Amino acid sequence: MNKEKLMDYIRELNPGAVVDDEAALLTVTLSAGEVHAMAQKLKDYPGNGFDHLSSLTAVDWEDHFQVVYHLYSFSGKMTIVLKGKLEERESPLVESVSDIWKGAALMESEVYDLFGIRFKGHPGLKRLFLGENWEGFPLRKDYSDEINIIER
Amino acid sequence: MGLKIEQLPGIIRKFPGGSFLVTSLEGISGWARSNSLWPLVFGTSCCAIEMMSTASSRHDWSRFGFEVSRPSPRQADLIIISGTIVYKMAPVLKRLYDQMAEPKYVIAMGACAISGGPFFYNSYSVVKGADHVIPVDVYIPGCPPRPEALLDSMMQLQKKIRQPQKAMVNE
Repeated sequence: MNKEKLMDYIRELNPGAVVDDEAALLTVTLSAGEVHAMAQKLKDYPGNGFDHLSSLTAVDWEDHFQVVYHLYSFSGKMTIVLKGKLEERESPLVESVSDIWKGAALMESEVYDLFGIRFKGHPGLKRLFLGENWEGFPLRKDYSDEINIIER
Repeated sequence: MGLKIEQLPGIIRKFPGGSFLVTSLEGISGWARSNSLWPLVFGTSCCAIEMMSTASSRHDWSRFGFEVSRPSPRQADLIIISGTIVYKMAPVLKRLYDQMAEPKYVIAMGACAISGGPFFYNSYSVVKGADHVIPVDVYIPGCPPRPEALLDSMMQLQKKIRQPQKAMVNE
């Protein structure tokens, strides 16, 4: 797959996106609200569509969240990373990509379970591992559990 | 069968035409129980790999009387907790233990089963030792313990079953 061509394609779609070629994987940083449109366009990339969502996770940077998508193209044999910045901390909301890749639904449930990021358009967002009665989101940096966790 | 006379609990009395064994009920039942412990197939993480290796041909725990691993708790009388117990697993472990028939024994294998483990103990999800859930007879330290250590702990358990009145503090 031609990397330069792909980068031009991304820049043309979203001039505000930061495309980083220096990292191990081609990384595109944009705001979380723009991720869904970009993901759809990458899925439909002419010739070598990114047909596989290999990972969907999130990072808590304390002042903001980041949702991270690893997309893979089987025909192009290439991975691209989408990073969506999410300023909202009280009730973070991102558009679900489960309409593009069905497998995203499970990973989005996991992200909701551990980070509390809700996904708009998800077919059935609920607690995946921790159980319905769990309070709080354990992978958030401000999560505290006085019984089980010793702060250091 | 290669029965070792000196290992039998009791005294052999010879009389013309044969011999008989004088023993206590506790002694003979402890001897029988200790030599036919059936462990439950239960493994929650990497210690289970070491446990499987102890069970299979190289270390072969059947040599010491742990003949068959049972997939059902109703047929097992020993549970080896090999791995981390998380809060989601704890009720399952309790239920498995409750389903086992008396008398039943528990071995806590490895650091996770003893105290939550060296890696994830300071976590929202890990139970800090399996003895918060069910009573434990023998603890083996290690991460994971060697198969020899597991065999030793099982033999310690056998000793405990044969002589329940003796405290097995440090031997």
